[in-house]
Amino acid sequence: MNYISPVLWQFIEKWLTHFPLFPPEASKIAPEADALFFFMVLVSLVGLTLVILLVAGFSLLYHRKRNPQATQIEGSTLLEATWTIIPLGLFLIMFVWGSLLYFRIYTPPANAMNIYVVGKQWMWKAEHPGGQHEIDALHVPTGRAVQLTLISQDVFHSFSIPAFRVKREAIPGRYTTVWFEATRPGTYHLFCTQYCGTNHSQMIGDIVVMTPDDFKKWLDSSTSGSSLAQNGERLFASLSCNACHNSTPEARGPNLAGVYGSRVTLASGQSVTVDEAFLRQAILNPSEHVTQGYAPIMPTYQGQISEDGVIALVEYIKNLNSDYRLQQTLNTTQLPPDNTGKPAQAGGSAAPGEVKQ
Amino acid sequence: MTHGDLAKSGEASHMEHPSYQRHHFESVAQQFDATNFAMWLFLLTEIMFFGGLFTAYLIMRNWYYPAFVEASHQLSIFWGTANTTVLILSSFTMAMGVWSAQMRRKGMLLLFLGLTFFLGLVFLGIKGIEWHEKWEKYHVPGIRYSIQDFTNPAADPEVHSQYPDDKPLGLDMANKTEMYFFLYFAMTGMHALHMVIGIAILAFMIVRARADAYTQGHVTFVENFGLYWHFVDIIWIFLFPLLYLISRHQ
Amino acid sequence: MSTATVVSLPDQSTARIPKMNFLTKENGLLSWLLTGDHKRIATLYLISITFFFFIGGALAGLIRLELLTPQSDLLAADTYNKVFSMHGLIMVFFFLVPSVPATLGNFLIPMMVGAKDLALPKINLLSWYLYIVAGGMMLYTMAVGGVDTGWTFTTPLSTHYLNTHVVSAGLAVFVAGFSSIFTGLNFIVTIHKMRCPGMTWFRLPLFVWSNYAASILMVLGTPVLAITLVLVVLERTVGIGVFDPAKGGDPLLFQHLFWFYSHPAVYIMILPGMGVVSEVVSTFSRKRVFGYTAVAFSSVAIAVFGFFVWAHHMFIMGISNYSSLVFSLMTMLVAVPSAIKIFNWAFTLYKGSITFETPMLYSIGFMGLFTIGGLTGVFLASTGTDIHLTETYFVVAHFHFVMVGGMLMAFLSGIHFWWPKWTGRMYPEKISQLAALTTFIGFNLTFFPQFILGTLGMPRRYAAYPPEFQVLNVFSTAGATVLGVGYLLPILYLTWSLKYGEIAGDNPWQATGLEWQTQSPPLSENFPEIPIMDHEAYDYEWFERHQQQEVASV
Repeated sequence: MNYISPVLWQFIEKWLTHFPLFPPEASKIAPEADALFFFMVLVSLVGLTLVILLVAGFSLLYHRKRNPQATQIEGSTLLEATWTIIPLGLFLIMFVWGSLLYFRIYTPPANAMNIYVVGKQWMWKAEHPGGQHEIDALHVPTGRAVQLTLISQDVFHSFSIPAFRVKREAIPGRYTTVWFEATRPGTYHLFCTQYCGTNHSQMIGDIVVMTPDDFKKWLDSSTSGSSLAQNGERLFASLSCNACHNSTPEARGPNLAGVYGSRVTLASGQSVTVDEAFLRQAILNPSEHVTQGYAPIMPTYQGQISEDGVIALVEYIKNLNSDYRLQQTLNTTQLPPDNTGKPAQAGGSAAPGEVKQ
Repeated sequence: MTHGDLAKSGEASHMEHPSYQRHHFESVAQQFDATNFAMWLFLLTEIMFFGGLFTAYLIMRNWYYPAFVEASHQLSIFWGTANTTVLILSSFTMAMGVWSAQMRRKGMLLLFLGLTFFLGLVFLGIKGIEWHEKWEKYHVPGIRYSIQDFTNPAADPEVHSQYPDDKPLGLDMANKTEMYFFLYFAMTGMHALHMVIGIAILAFMIVRARADAYTQGHVTFVENFGLYWHFVDIIWIFLFPLLYLISRHQ
Repeated sequence: MSTATVVSLPDQSTARIPKMNFLTKENGLLSWLLTGDHKRIATLYLISITFFFFIGGALAGLIRLELLTPQSDLLAADTYNKVFSMHGLIMVFFFLVPSVPATLGNFLIPMMVGAKDLALPKINLLSWYLYIVAGGMMLYTMAVGGVDTGWTFTTPLSTHYLNTHVVSAGLAVFVAGFSSIFTGLNFIVTIHKMRCPGMTWFRLPLFVWSNYAASILMVLGTPVLAITLVLVVLERTVGIGVFDPAKGGDPLLFQHLFWFYSHPAVYIMILPGMGVVSEVVSTFSRKRVFGYTAVAFSSVAIAVFGFFVWAHHMFIMGISNYSSLVFSLMTMLVAVPSAIKIFNWAFTLYKGSITFETPMLYSIGFMGLFTIGGLTGVFLASTGTDIHLTETYFVVAHFHFVMVGGMLMAFLSGIHFWWPKWTGRMYPEKISQLAALTTFIGFNLTFFPQFILGTLGMPRRYAAYPPEFQVLNVFSTAGATVLGVGYLLPILYLTWSLKYGEIAGDNPWQATGLEWQTQSPPLSENFPEIPIMDHEAYDYEWFERHQQQEVASV
């Protein structure tokens, strides 16, 4: 850049960094989203220029002073076809390209690390599986696919990370998911973009992207001591889920070990894959999610657990890949009596401490 | 087209148009044609209006099938059938009323309008009986609701004897019966509101009919109202099976 | 006559407004309040919607003032939320939806089809009264504290988490909806049943086609909004839980029902404006609209396709990916007819004989700004980019480009174009051209920076924002000031013209429509006898022969 005066270059650089037209690209998908965006800008510029040239050009050429007599023209099928097919073609390219991008962003890969985010008026609560809790912030590592499982505790919110080009609504009553892979360490904006009441504009925070090493250090330093699954284990016991879900042959509820990710057949005959959404529904609306072969006796826990509690239970069940953990809860049921759920009792036909054959 | 040009149709109609022809119409035929078309179009908007409720009902029924089945068993088939008969009869008397107006028979017109009016009131009366029963049994959602009849069907002998196979619902599913009743009251309530409007217009028409308004050749109002009345009947013809009959035999 | 203007006024020293016209036919307040004359009802509407426009505009001014600074310092957050909600509600339901149909449509459609009035004059008057009642209810809502749900009444916020006047606002919109339904119903019946002899469908002016398409949307879409609002009101008052997840309801059901109307609503808002542009571009090029049939059919196509795209407002809300695919495709399809129209209007200019009076300036502005607005809609229609851009200022910029840069400019174009017919007087040309230019500049300065703000990620409905967004917001507010001036000027000079404007005569623009073959202002019954239509629409050759005949016969 020798031929540009260094002073001028200084100004250009300052202007470019201080008046950006795009947020930083900090995720793997961001450049791809920007590529499509640029394509659309280009097509729009060409289209707009064409329209302006036509209108301005004709206005000048056929100004009344230059052309006092108009020539009546009915139309031209060829032109109609042209300006129908070309815009349609361009729009369809954008449709296909955009749809591919959309499916990418909303189909998390199987190996993504899952972080739960609960939105409520007017803050974001992020819950890492290891038990780290954040408010209005989210720490993520680079180079790793991260999936967010979102839900709202009250009204619609929307979790938006402009630097990653991702956004997803947090809805009361169901989970939504989005994923990304961060590429550049730094701190980026987190916004709530769905109007949610008084402090909607205060529901903002920071997305902190760290290198994997830094992230590990952060995880270790911010843990609350017990992971989500451990919290879930405690809840599982205190709500006496193990009264029926205790993996004995006579158990009144299906065995939950390894159930996550498997296909189950419901009493209605429908076959479903057990994911987070199913687990949440099964806890809150069990009557519609009875596994075939079991009686519809599971009580609902609607109103008895918060969304955080449901998340903890879901995490626990997700990590339940052997009966050993399940049996452990039977051992941990000797909790002091409190008013959260039924009194601590193993129930069923397995006495505390017994291991099944 | 200057002011000087004369249109034949315009000149002709100026001389012989009946008193009930409005001045912006060129002929009675055009007036009838236009107002009739307008009423059909209005009924189309009513279909869209009720459509939102029907959509919500179909979705919720799909989601909470057991609750909707058991909740619908609480409705009285007897009263529902009675109401259906009353409405169909009233559509018949309304059609006869239109015929009477066309035949310029004032006495018959008054008779049939009166009968339709009376049948409309009977319908509302029966609806009142049904709603009162819902109130008594704590099935009024949001205001006075209990799920007892669904968690323990045996405690309601009247319904249980008709539907002995109804199982007690789990708490979460039993709570969804309230959703059924939301939609029941919204749909039948909206329908009843349309009936009330229709009955009010009928009263107006009876008064006007006594003053010979519809038996001098100007039957448009009666015909168009007939369309409205038939439409309200047809809405009920959809409501009755969807709310009452659909889950009688699971 | 190859002067730079197409205007042809009668000799001002001898010209007079015709003594007998729809304005002078009867006097007294009751003759206006109980009128059946579509032109008087249009006048009543014009005054009412102008009133509401300025209230909505004042609210917009407050928004832009607050957004000068990053902090929420001018208005408390709750107040700001109420201000943007009321701005949206008033502008959408009390200005944009009735703007062209209820004023210009009511005034012109009977004349354009060759009828003496709309099919149902009493329903027309009822429609205005419903609008006034609804407006009163909305003003009441504002007076007692306003509503802060956003104009979209999103549940469960509006049903369970706010204690503002949601019920009265919802009922106000409900009543306004019926006003709209009755207007649309009247238009459809009139266009079907009251065309004069010789007036076939393809001889109708394109303004009629556009309003017909918009009327279909009004009639079929608005009832769904009505029932949705009823359900919201019931949920708030009685506790019905159709949208409440705690009771087994579904907040997404509300979204589907709401957008099922509110998407067609935007086509209700824009189609009549497109109709105006067709008329104006044709008249000021002295040419039949290029591709008349294509433009007519594309209006209907927009109306039909417009019913199948609603979930593009919900792409990120957890609807299935495949569902998004379908709605994205349909949205791409609905964009095409609008593109067709733009090109047809551009080619109407080809080999025309063009002059640039104020209506033409506004219409040309429409073409440019609507193109930008429409193209940015495609950015949002593509699901991948929608993820980044939705719920940001990009959307705000997009819809203001099509609604304000598009629809409002078309409305002003129409008002100026038909002002002489309506009042018998011309507006002052120079100052109106200045106002048009001011509006154009102010508009671009206000809303173009918002595209950049949206791309940068600034969310919408934010009372406070991160400081790095301030510069663009300042530009936007500066533009809004200019825009405000541009909109105030017409009120001033149009009012002035009522007394001091030049006498216009029957046909100052030398236009071809049936409405221009009557006196200005028209008679109450429009035509002494029903005309017979014996030529095509925009038949300038017929017009020239007709002119010569008149000269020859006098």
